[in-house]
Amino acid sequence: MELRSYIIRRLLLVVPVLFGVTIFIFGITMLFSPIERASLYVTDARMMTNIPAIIEMYGLDQPFYVQYGNWMSEVLSGNLGWSTVAGMPVWDAIWHFLPTTLELAIFATPLIILLGIFFGTKAAARKDRPIDHGTRVAAILGWSLPTFFLGLVLLMIFYGALRGLLPPSRLSIPMELLVNSAEFTRYTHINTIDAILNLNGRVLLDALRHLILPVVTLTVVQMAFIMRLMRSSMLESLGRGYVLTARAKGLSERVVVNKHARRNALIPVITVSGYLFAAIVNGVVITETIFNFKGVGWWAWQSAVRLDIASVLGFALFNAVLFVLVNLVVDILYTRVDPRVRLGGTMQ
Amino acid sequence: MSDWKFMLRQLAKNPLSLAGLIILFIFVILAIFAPLIAPAPEGHTDPYRIPRDGYSAEPQPPDEEHIFGTTEGQYDIFYGVIWGTRSAFNVGLVVIGSVLVIGIVLGSLAGYFGGAIDEVIMRITDIFLAFPALILAMAIVAALGPSLRSVMIALITVSWPSYARLIRGDILQVREEDYIEASRGVGASNFRVIMRHALPNAIYPTLVMASLDIGAVVLAAAALSFLGLGPPEGYADWGQLTSFARTWIVGPSQAPLKYWYAVTIPGLFILFFVLGWNLLGDAFRDILDPRLARR
Repeated sequence: MELRSYIIRRLLLVVPVLFGVTIFIFGITMLFSPIERASLYVTDARMMTNIPAIIEMYGLDQPFYVQYGNWMSEVLSGNLGWSTVAGMPVWDAIWHFLPTTLELAIFATPLIILLGIFFGTKAAARKDRPIDHGTRVAAILGWSLPTFFLGLVLLMIFYGALRGLLPPSRLSIPMELLVNSAEFTRYTHINTIDAILNLNGRVLLDALRHLILPVVTLTVVQMAFIMRLMRSSMLESLGRGYVLTARAKGLSERVVVNKHARRNALIPVITVSGYLFAAIVNGVVITETIFNFKGVGWWAWQSAVRLDIASVLGFALFNAVLFVLVNLVVDILYTRVDPRVRLGGTMQ
Repeated sequence: MSDWKFMLRQLAKNPLSLAGLIILFIFVILAIFAPLIAPAPEGHTDPYRIPRDGYSAEPQPPDEEHIFGTTEGQYDIFYGVIWGTRSAFNVGLVVIGSVLVIGIVLGSLAGYFGGAIDEVIMRITDIFLAFPALILAMAIVAALGPSLRSVMIALITVSWPSYARLIRGDILQVREEDYIEASRGVGASNFRVIMRHALPNAIYPTLVMASLDIGAVVLAAAALSFLGLGPPEGYADWGQLTSFARTWIVGPSQAPLKYWYAVTIPGLFILFFVLGWNLLGDAFRDILDPRLARR
C-alpha cells in the first residue's frame, strides 16, 4: 500500500476514537446536576450568576443526545467552559499555562531521551559488567521512586539544607517583576527563551536555577524506561548477522556498537515516543505541584482538588486529542524510519 | 510443573530478585500483623484512622511514645505507615484483581471470537488508552468525589484496557492450535474451550506480570492521594502522610532539616514497597523473554 493511502486510513481510524473520547467525557459530566454542569458552557464570569438561563439556552434538561450535540458544537467552536480556578475560559487557561510546562518539557525531554539511549547502549555493550549492573539497579530504583517523594527530598536538600541554593517556583521575586515590566518583551512566555531574546543574562540564570530541580525530578523517573528499552533493543541488535559481518570486517568495537548496532536498535525507542509523551504529561502534574511551577499540570491539580469539573474535563479532552495526534505522527514516522515495515496487510 | 521450578530457581539465583522477595515478605508480615505491631488505642473504632496526639500543626520528632514522630496535625507516623501497608495491599489487590477479571473476560471474548466482537472491544480500549493515565484518573476521582473508592474505580478504569489487549493477544496465539480444534471437534462448548484449553495455555505469563503490577498501582494510588484526591484526612495511607509533610520540607533557618522524618519515613515505605515488586518484575521479564534468556 502506498504511504498516502496509509496516512488516510490511519487518519480515518482517529475519528471513531475521538468520537468515543468525547462521548466518554460527556458521559462523566452527566454525573452532575444541570446546575453544576452550567460551568461547562459559560465563557464569562458574569453569566455564572444566571444559571437558569444557561440551562435553558444549552438545553441542559434535554435528552442525552441533544445535550451531547449542543456540547459538541460548543467544543468544536473552541468553547470548553469556564475555569473558576484560573478565572478565565478553559481554552484560554490552557494556552495561559502551557508555556510554563513547555519550558520544563524543552529541557527534560531531550535529557530523558539522550541519557536513556546513552546508558542503555553502554549497558548492552558491556552486558553483565559493572556498568550493566549499575544502570540496572539505577533504572529499577528510578522506576520505583515516587515522583513526589524525589521532588520533596531534592527540595529538602537543595532548598533547605543548602540554604536556598535551588529554590522552588519559576523565578525569584525581583526577576518576576523585571520580566513583567515594560523593559522586558515576553515573546513566548517561556522565560529562558525570552531571556535570550532580550539578551538578559540575569533572568536567564535565575530561570535556569529554578529549572534544575524540576527537570532533574522528571528526568530521573522517566529515563529508566528508555534506558531499559534501549538495552534490550541493543542486545537484540548486537546478536544479529550484520553486527557479526561488521566485526568480521575488522571494524573497531566502537564503530560496530555506535553505528551498526545502535542505529537499528533506535527504532523501538522511536515507537514508544507516544508513551513517553503521556509519561511526561503525568509526571508534569506532580512535578509542577511540588515545585510550585504554575503550568498546566499545576492548574490541573488545583482544578481537581477544588472540583472545578469544567477545567479537569477540558484538560483531559485536550490531552486525549493531543495524545491521539502524537501517536498518529509516531506511526507515520515509523514507516519512514524503518523501511522493513510493510504498510497494510493483516494486523498481527 | 517444571516451568515453575525453573522460574523459582532463576529467581533465587539472582541477588536482585532475592532482595525483592525479601522486601515483599517483610511488607506481608507488616500487613498481617499490623494490629499487633501498631495496636489501635482503646476506644478507637476504625483501625484505619490514624490516632492523633493533640491538634497542633508542627510535626514532633521521634520519641519513646511516637517512635517515628508525629506529622502535621499530630498524626502518629509509625501507626500510619504500618496500617498504610494494609491499605497499600488493599488497593493493589482490589485493583489488580478487578482489572484481571475484566481483562480476562473481554480479552478472551475478543481474541477467541474475533470479528465484530473483537473490533468493538478493541475500539473501546482505544478510547480509554487515548488519555494519559494520571490525567484520566484525576478527572474520574474529581467527578466521583475524592475517596478511597473513587481512587480504586479510577485506577481500574485506566488500567483494564492494556490487560484486555494483552490477554487477547495471548488467546490469538493459541486459537488456531490443534488441541483447540480437537476439543471443538468433539463438541465442547465455546465456554469450555476458552476456560479449559485456551486460557490455561495462554495467560500464565500475563498473569504473572499483572500481579507484579501491584507496585505500580500502589504508586499511582499514592500519587493521587498525595495530590489530595485520595481517602479522607487521617486515613492510614502513605501518599497522604507524605503530603502532610509538604509544608514542613524546610525547617527553621538554624535547623533546615528539622522535620526530615515527616517526609522521609512515609516516602521510604512507598519506595521500598514499589521497589520490591519491580525487582521481582525485572527478573521475571528476563526469564519470560526467550530472546534474552538465550544470551
